[in-house]
Amino acid sequence: MSDALLKAENVSEVFGGLKAVSDFNFYINPGELVGLIGPNGAGKTTAFNLFTGVYQPTTGQITFAGDSIVGLKPYQITQRGIARTFQNIRLFSELSVLDNVKIAFHSHVKYGMLEAVLRMGRYFSEEERVEEESRRLLRIFHLDGQENEKAKNLPYGAQRRLEIARALATKPKLLLLDEPAAGMNPQETKELMDMIRWIRKEFGLTILLIEHDMSLVMGICERIYVLEYGSTIAEGTPEEIKKNPEVIRAYLGGEG
Amino acid sequence: MKYLRKNDLIMLGLGLVIFAVLQTLITERIMSSFWQLNSIIIGINVIMAVSLNLINGYTGQFSLGHAGFMAVGAYVGVVLTTFFHLPFAVALLAGGAAAGFLGFLVGIPTLRLRGDYLAIATLGMSEIIRISIMNIDYVGGAAGFKGIPHHTTFAWVFFIMLFSLFFIKNFVNSTDGRACLAIRENEVAAESMGVNTTKYKVMAFTIGAAFAGVAGGLFAHSFYLISPNSFTFMQSFNYLIMVVLGGLGSITGSIAGAFVVTFISAALASWPEFRMIIYALALILLMFYRPQGLFGYMEITDYGPFRKLLKKGGRKHE
Repeated sequence: MSDALLKAENVSEVFGGLKAVSDFNFYINPGELVGLIGPNGAGKTTAFNLFTGVYQPTTGQITFAGDSIVGLKPYQITQRGIARTFQNIRLFSELSVLDNVKIAFHSHVKYGMLEAVLRMGRYFSEEERVEEESRRLLRIFHLDGQENEKAKNLPYGAQRRLEIARALATKPKLLLLDEPAAGMNPQETKELMDMIRWIRKEFGLTILLIEHDMSLVMGICERIYVLEYGSTIAEGTPEEIKKNPEVIRAYLGGEG
Repeated sequence: MKYLRKNDLIMLGLGLVIFAVLQTLITERIMSSFWQLNSIIIGINVIMAVSLNLINGYTGQFSLGHAGFMAVGAYVGVVLTTFFHLPFAVALLAGGAAAGFLGFLVGIPTLRLRGDYLAIATLGMSEIIRISIMNIDYVGGAAGFKGIPHHTTFAWVFFIMLFSLFFIKNFVNSTDGRACLAIRENEVAAESMGVNTTKYKVMAFTIGAAFAGVAGGLFAHSFYLISPNSFTFMQSFNYLIMVVLGGLGSITGSIAGAFVVTFISAALASWPEFRMIIYALALILLMFYRPQGLFGYMEITDYGPFRKLLKKGGRKHE
């Protein structure tokens, strides 16, 4: 598994007396679509925060494309090619939908401050390019026509889509989706599934997602990790996971 | 995008027309000397307000130390012109650079703080600057610095103000400006979109401080004497009032805020004790009826007639 895109080895994260994640071993290969499931408080979002540099692991090693990313700041990890969405939507709510996406192009804009202030050099051509690419992304996510709307005024489902569009604008290799279907109705969830499949192919992405909606997880993930109380209790294909007694116990309770 | 270039030219032309009108009023002595001085003060206040807005309104970092940076620019400037007889432009630039450098130094540790804590830290910093100046006999200490050459003219103030406005407008409408806006809106999300939040917070702080320093130089050279008491925290509050009144995150707002506040304080010059009451009332009314300020997050060019006139490109696209 040395060619894994993202790999975590024996990662633990301790908050005071609480072990949020313990001895977490994980890998995702290029092009894979993997799910991370588990009851509330199992440590799924903590794992995301470890992968994106929001938290630093107490022990263990995390590598991305072969290089260690432990100790890097979130923006450096983003620049290396990991993008994410948030469980509790974190859009730039007072800014326009278009500006939300434009900001995410930040690391790919090739003009300096002086060029911007003096309106010289590559400023105009680069701004034009960013604008064009932003609009293209918004079209993909059916947000065209709402470019000038403030992000906070979008309906919930559209805000979720905008978060994904914004994450894609950073041009990631690996996309981490934190409960993308939360609050969506079955119809919207189905559309989201199609969209995730499509962007994966279109952008050549590797995708890791956290989700509680089992129809989505079982429907699109190729491999699933199940966390409970910070430990991995199962790993395998959707079929294997469905039959795993540990998983059934964790989700339904009982003696298992 | 090519409209942007055209818009800049229209704005520049408009600026020149306004300058020509006001300068004629001054040279023909139609404007009284009281209002001449006030037109200079307004220009300086616009620079102060718009640079503070970059820190408070656009980047969302609550700074209360703007008068401190102004003091640094003022004192560096007057020392260079009075003691070393250097040209005015050099003194202004050096004052701006000194204030900017100080902003950079202070910014690195303090910008780890958020909200109220940052406000208190910057307030403390500006008081430290003021009290340090008070204790330096070389610049006159508490008695003030006397014998400053009168270099500041309306033209100097106006063109530096115009430059500041263009600089900050262009900065805000670039990827660096968007990074600052992102920090204001949501720091965690900004960081995960690839924005180095520390760098941009320090950058906004440094640029804001540098412009405050230049404004300080202009301010000092319009009087015979300056004293540390011209740069108390009340002065910082004054600039904050301009920014909040005009609207956070709006350049038009900063200009309007600087105008309104300077007019009120000039009109009430004979009753200084009423000034704070009027400010307070104005702010309370504003918070009730228009909490985002006169132009919250909007520019005058975002409104109907101007949009048509300029075929608005830029931040809000048709």
